[in-house]
Amino acid sequence: MPTELLKEKPAARPRRGPGAPGRGYGGDGARPRGPESPVVAPLTAFIAVGAVLAAVAMLFVAFTTAYLARRQEAGWTPIALPAVLWLNTAVLLASSGTFEWARARLVRADPAGARHGLGWTAGLGAAFVIGQLAAWRQLAAQGVYLASNPHSSFFYLLTGAHGLHLLGGLVALAVVIVRAHRNRYTPAAHTGLAVCALYWHFMDALWLYLFALLFWL
Amino acid sequence: MGAVAVREAAAAHEAHDESFIRHYIFSLDHKTIGKQYFWTTMFMGLVGGSLAMLMRRHLGWPEQGVLDPAQYLQAATMHGTVMIFFFLTVILTGAFGNFLIPLMIGARDMAYPFLNMMSFWTLVPGVLTILASFFAPDGPAGNGWTSYAPLAAVAKLSTGAQWGQTLWAIAILFVLISSLFGGLNFLTTIINMRARGLSMGRLPLTIWGIFITAILALLSFPVLMAALGMLILDRTAGTSFFVPPGLLVGGQLVRDRSGDALLWQHLFWFFGHPEVYILILTPMGIVSDVISTFARKPIFGYKAMVLSLAAIGFLSFLVWGHHMFVSGMHPLLGGAFMAATMIIAIPSAIKTFNWCTTLWQARIHFTTAMLFAIGFVSLFVTGGLSGIFLASAPVDIYLHDTYFVIAHFHFVMASAALFSIFAGTYYWFPKMFGRMMNETLGKIHFVATFLGIYATFFPMHFLGTMGNSRRLYSESFYPFLAKAPPIDVFISISAFVLGAAQIVFIVNVFYSLVRGPRAERNPWHANTLEWQADSPPPHGNWGPEEPVVYRWPYDYSVPGAAEDYIPQTMPAVPAGAPAGGEGE
Repeated sequence: MPTELLKEKPAARPRRGPGAPGRGYGGDGARPRGPESPVVAPLTAFIAVGAVLAAVAMLFVAFTTAYLARRQEAGWTPIALPAVLWLNTAVLLASSGTFEWARARLVRADPAGARHGLGWTAGLGAAFVIGQLAAWRQLAAQGVYLASNPHSSFFYLLTGAHGLHLLGGLVALAVVIVRAHRNRYTPAAHTGLAVCALYWHFMDALWLYLFALLFWL
Repeated sequence: MGAVAVREAAAAHEAHDESFIRHYIFSLDHKTIGKQYFWTTMFMGLVGGSLAMLMRRHLGWPEQGVLDPAQYLQAATMHGTVMIFFFLTVILTGAFGNFLIPLMIGARDMAYPFLNMMSFWTLVPGVLTILASFFAPDGPAGNGWTSYAPLAAVAKLSTGAQWGQTLWAIAILFVLISSLFGGLNFLTTIINMRARGLSMGRLPLTIWGIFITAILALLSFPVLMAALGMLILDRTAGTSFFVPPGLLVGGQLVRDRSGDALLWQHLFWFFGHPEVYILILTPMGIVSDVISTFARKPIFGYKAMVLSLAAIGFLSFLVWGHHMFVSGMHPLLGGAFMAATMIIAIPSAIKTFNWCTTLWQARIHFTTAMLFAIGFVSLFVTGGLSGIFLASAPVDIYLHDTYFVIAHFHFVMASAALFSIFAGTYYWFPKMFGRMMNETLGKIHFVATFLGIYATFFPMHFLGTMGNSRRLYSESFYPFLAKAPPIDVFISISAFVLGAAQIVFIVNVFYSLVRGPRAERNPWHANTLEWQADSPPPHGNWGPEEPVVYRWPYDYSVPGAAEDYIPQTMPAVPAGAPAGGEGE
């Protein structure tokens, strides 16, 4: 047996596995070829925004676990949430509606209507941010500050973190509006608008989640 | 986004203007960004290494009082912080990831070049912040790289905890955001920009490592960002997320409300354990490619290698509790974390055996890159075996926070990752800078580093089993550590040898950069796509024709082939004419 190891190495056996030819691993690259490459397929933008949303989700998962762990402990006294939050929620939901309406107008070849809808979305989004600031002012007027008690700390932290992400969405929306005014979007190709809408709806759903968390738990 | 941006990006590629600022500072080219990362992180590695030398200078001869206790803790904290966040994490993804991904998948650049530039320029403020913290009024952070609460959450509790700790948190936030930008780019690029014919099942393992690393970063970094946000609020805004009730400092109650100090540990280690694998998965990929190339054999068990990378990545999210066995967790929970941790031994062993079987009966070319790759396997096995001790909760309760832990992670993670960085540098230097590195200096570097690492870290196992705590300023306080000082002197001298060996590397890099022989396209006769580009590759990487891939990257020593390597671009059935010009 050991002498076999000393012999000249035999030529490798017929190959198997992923390297072997004709085993159905041909596959293909993701990128279409052509003179205009590098081509960023629409899918790329969706994957990128999906990855961003996964990261954002993990951020709020971490906040949620901290929140749930913290409320088990002593000294947890829930604060009364300002009533303006209900109005803000309605405003944000409406902004998602206008965004979808804008997209529908664009697909129906009505770019003017789409611009209108995008403008409304941005206005409602800004109104939401102002409403959140108003909620902070109301709490502060009642003497409830960031460091007042654990629940108020989490309230400011979660609304603040959500607000910052929404502001990022507003910046992206501003870019989309500028591009819409330059007629860069067609009924068939409007990836930028679509991924912005995805992010916007996610922020909307995230707010509903956070509101429920802060209100009921 | 959108078709417009694509056209603009394409136009920028055509225009390819060469102004100094555009070309070297705010460059959109992935290769330039990769080199910016390379030099920045190498500098930070030097900073972290110098801090280690300072620590060893003190620990070898503590009675001389080179550092006072607070300064020692600050040096230890900053050594860990700089090495983990500013060197290993960033060089693997930032330097190697940026430089290699488009080249190895046959793309002209990243999916989002602007985001790529932003990634580097978000890192820079982080680097400046952490460097600035050394000059803060009470010095840099000194609460360990883990910055446990409440020590790190209350300004008055420790030296360096006033300015230094806040700057620490801000600097880490910058690094994490920068890495997220990078990870986003890596994911989209690898998924969507692969050359024609390059299916996921034909990706080089380096790219697989970076791909899984990017997913881990995307899911774990936000968790630390949340924790850092709360820590900063605790420190600056008077909240008490991590400050426990009834904490007395100097006889005074710190806060009247209550927080949860253990929460920081959970959040930190939920990030921290995936982070460990962020530091080791890319090295595993690099080492697989280097070993296969210089063994002149296909990597053994390609699919098993990919699946074990993925398995390690998945399991890394389930094992954070093994850092917290002594935090008072329920024994049942501890048992679950222990079992999950032990399971990681399986994919790790699969990888190790596959490296060994790749080397088995191979005609090994002992280049410096190969030596470092084999050194990686050795360090990984040594560190992995001590990991099994620490994974076991009853053993860990004894060894927790001792030098045994220091020895363990310096082998399995820190120096193993460092070895893969050296292997990668020696291997891809010709592609990065167009010149070969000096092999003689490289081998001197390898021998001194390899022996230096073992001589430095192996004796730490003994210190740990004696009960020497990892953050101890001096053993002289404890009678049971009477035998420790000579070991510490030995470790310190070994560490200085190890440090001096790195001077050889630095000299080699700069000497080769200027005087090294010009590299041909494919000096190692490797198969992967980057070797089909010029050395160094021009802007846009490929000529007018982009590469088309016909095979996996490990066709070495194929029976009947003219050469012992077949590049990925070689058609499956060479149509008549041998053409031959493919390799050179």
